Amino acid sequence: MKSVILSTVVRLLLPLILLFSIFILLRGHNEPGGGFIGGLAAASGWVLYLFAFGSAEAKRALRLEPLHFIILGLTLALGSGLFSVAAGKSFMQGVWLDAMVPVLGKIGTPVVFDVGVYFVVIGIVLKIVFALAEEEGR
Amino acid sequence: MSLLTLIVLLGFLVAAVAPALTSLLGRRVKFVLVLYPAGTFVALWLMVPQIENGNVIVESFSWVPALGVNLSFLLDGISALVGMIVSGIGALIIIYAGGYLRGHAQISRMYALLLFFMASMLGVVFSANLIGLFVFWELTSISSYLLIGFNHERLSSRAGALQALLVTGLGGLAMLAGFILMGMVGGSYEITELISRADVLRAHEFYPAMLLLVLLGAFTKSAQVPFHFWLPNAMEAPTPVSAYLHSATMVKAGVFLLARMMSILGGTDWWHYAVSFAGASTMFLGAFVAFYQSDLKRVLAFTTVSALGTLTLLLGLGTEEAVRAAMLFFLVHALYKGALFMVTGSIDHETGTRLLDRIGGLRRAMPITAVTAIVASLSMAGLPPMLGFLSKELLYEAKVQAPFASFLLISLGVLSNALMVGVAALVAFRPFFGKTKDTPKHPHEAPWSMWLGPATLTLISLVFGLLTAPLLGGLWNAAVISVHPEASPVALKLWHGLNEIVALSAFTVLLGLLLFWMRDRILAVSRPPAFLRALKAEQIYQLMIAGTLSFAKRVTAVFQDGLLRHYVMFVTLVVVMFGFWSLLAAGPIEFAEMSGGLHVHDVIIALVMLGGALMAAYSNSRLVVIGSLGIVGYGISMIFLLYGAPDLAMTQFAVETLSVVLFVLILARLPRIKDIVSNVVRVRDGVIAGLAGILLTVLLVIATAEPLSSRVSPFYSAASYLEAKGRNVVNVILVDFRGVDTLGEITVLAIAAVGVFALLRQGSKEGKP
Repeated sequence: MKSVILSTVVRLLLPLILLFSIFILLRGHNEPGGGFIGGLAAASGWVLYLFAFGSAEAKRALRLEPLHFIILGLTLALGSGLFSVAAGKSFMQGVWLDAMVPVLGKIGTPVVFDVGVYFVVIGIVLKIVFALAEEEGR
Repeated sequence: MSLLTLIVLLGFLVAAVAPALTSLLGRRVKFVLVLYPAGTFVALWLMVPQIENGNVIVESFSWVPALGVNLSFLLDGISALVGMIVSGIGALIIIYAGGYLRGHAQISRMYALLLFFMASMLGVVFSANLIGLFVFWELTSISSYLLIGFNHERLSSRAGALQALLVTGLGGLAMLAGFILMGMVGGSYEITELISRADVLRAHEFYPAMLLLVLLGAFTKSAQVPFHFWLPNAMEAPTPVSAYLHSATMVKAGVFLLARMMSILGGTDWWHYAVSFAGASTMFLGAFVAFYQSDLKRVLAFTTVSALGTLTLLLGLGTEEAVRAAMLFFLVHALYKGALFMVTGSIDHETGTRLLDRIGGLRRAMPITAVTAIVASLSMAGLPPMLGFLSKELLYEAKVQAPFASFLLISLGVLSNALMVGVAALVAFRPFFGKTKDTPKHPHEAPWSMWLGPATLTLISLVFGLLTAPLLGGLWNAAVISVHPEASPVALKLWHGLNEIVALSAFTVLLGLLLFWMRDRILAVSRPPAFLRALKAEQIYQLMIAGTLSFAKRVTAVFQDGLLRHYVMFVTLVVVMFGFWSLLAAGPIEFAEMSGGLHVHDVIIALVMLGGALMAAYSNSRLVVIGSLGIVGYGISMIFLLYGAPDLAMTQFAVETLSVVLFVLILARLPRIKDIVSNVVRVRDGVIAGLAGILLTVLLVIATAEPLSSRVSPFYSAASYLEAKGRNVVNVILVDFRGVDTLGEITVLAIAAVGVFALLRQGSKEGKP
């Protein structure tokens, strides 16, 4: 079931959705948004891609196994907490850079933690959706 | 960095890198890994002068200060003694395991687990905080589980491992409860603090409860009757593990705990009777059953049970002499039993069997192993000039001077020791003398890596026996003082002159040799008496396990029949039942005044959602149901948006969208609604769902009738920007204030995703989704 319209649109939309999801992720600290919503948005983009091109192609385009996203995310989240310990504070107490980083804004361990959440959510949704899609194809 | 903390943490680190090192270095890796235990041993040896006069070195880091839990370590006499046993024998075991499992595909796992255990055990030994001690204690149980089940393809290995884990885990839980009681009453989890408040604890009405709970932990770990049965079954482990964990170190953790607790909980009648009774019966039963065994490893396992009983008995007596005897026997037993287990492993490794009646005459094929076994058995039998002789003299002295039941204890002690002498003779002579028998493998001497360990331990037994005072006196006295602070240092001597105790010893040895000589005849005419066979605690364990499993199976069959819709029904039903119950119990309900009036768009959204819900309930088309549920979900998002929760609304939108996607993927596999829903079912589900809706509405009305709690919300609003540097309070709470919760949640989600994946794979393997 290949649709030219869908596949063309998705090719254009996916980068935009991913960019938008990163935008949601990063603005989360001050405006509505955050890692969870950002992750869901990004995952939705990939799900669209899957519908347009099939799961094999979607997996190839994703490059990483969804499980690796989960591992990356959990590592980032845990690492951000441990970083605080290494910096002499208690576990998960925020450590912030004083300077503002262009585009990203203020950077600190809670931001890294949120990025971890973002990746975990992407990994989980895609892991389940890919598994279901492959099940369907069988 | 403080030394003890460094030692413990380094151990876990070395364990973590051991597999990588093994694949890098191959067989030579043992020479690298052995540096950790050897270094620990030397470091502790160098520290001994600092603690000889009863000094205590304490290191403390706050861990969970809110709960009074610290990562604190202390070094005193007994922890130095046991720490040196753990690290010293550990070093030899690493070398031995390298030889024993040479070429084994999973040798790296063995190294990693042995080191992991070593670090955990050192953690137990050095812990100065009860909660810290508990954590390390459980880590030793887990490593023991993994090590017993090392040959996990064998059913008996897995069963033995599980049994050990369940029995010691049960005791560990009881012990934790006891520790918490102690902390509540004593106001601290620090052992040093608790010692200073020991009188308060002993006089408290909870004292019997805490004592009993802590004793349960100690008795299960140290295999005291009636929990002794797991230890012989743990012999399924590869021999290096049995030699290390299940004779020299881990099983002594219970005895160690008793020694630690003696200055806090000891000295009462409760303590004396409970501990000595368990110890005395274990001492006798272990020795008795050992005599009847035919598998060399099980023989040794039961004598270990007996030795643990002896140690427990001594600590139960709690006199100065008893503590002296206990501290020496702790070391003596580790030395000879570790050696004998390794010897057994060598015999098994070289001949292919360890059944006593299938081996014989090995002294020519395995001379070094034979000499080692004979000399180690001398120590076990308590003959001069071995260290074992000294410890048995002290043992008898303690029993002669016991404050109660002295005569009974001496008779039991002589009988047990005589049986031990008989078993020692059995171990020393049966495999090495007599006729050479056909064994599955052609025997030859074990490689150096496998005789080095037992030979070293045996040599130490001999040298310490001859030169006790200069080599061992300081450490031994320090250990005694750390357990029994009023004890005065004495000099250890091999020969005390002729007295009643020497006479008792001589009688014991003669009786033991007689038993050995008569063993075949005794075995031919008798089995262990019926009452001992009836006392099979193991059968109670099996019954309990089987009962739990079948109960769980029946409950599961009712409540979890594999149909998701029934799960949802039961969960909702329970919530509704308990919800209304507590509402009724709470009394009359106050309804809030409607404030602000209704907007037109509110009504429209509500009507649309209502329509969606009704549609979902009445439709017979799966597609329509899914779409209708989506309408309800989007309606909720709209309400979130209108009432100032954009974060929630965004999340809800995304989740609704993804749910529809998931449904689309499985749509074809869902059962037809007509096939599963009759009119009766529809009414039943409708009633349950309606009740749930009413419950939730009532709860909301009650909740809004209360004035909004005013403290939490302003705190987060104010602290959000100042402390966490974010203006989006919801997100700041998620990633910062309650970040630990979020970490837990995403971890659970990740596990759930893996679970979903596994379930799907499982389904496709069985040919159905």
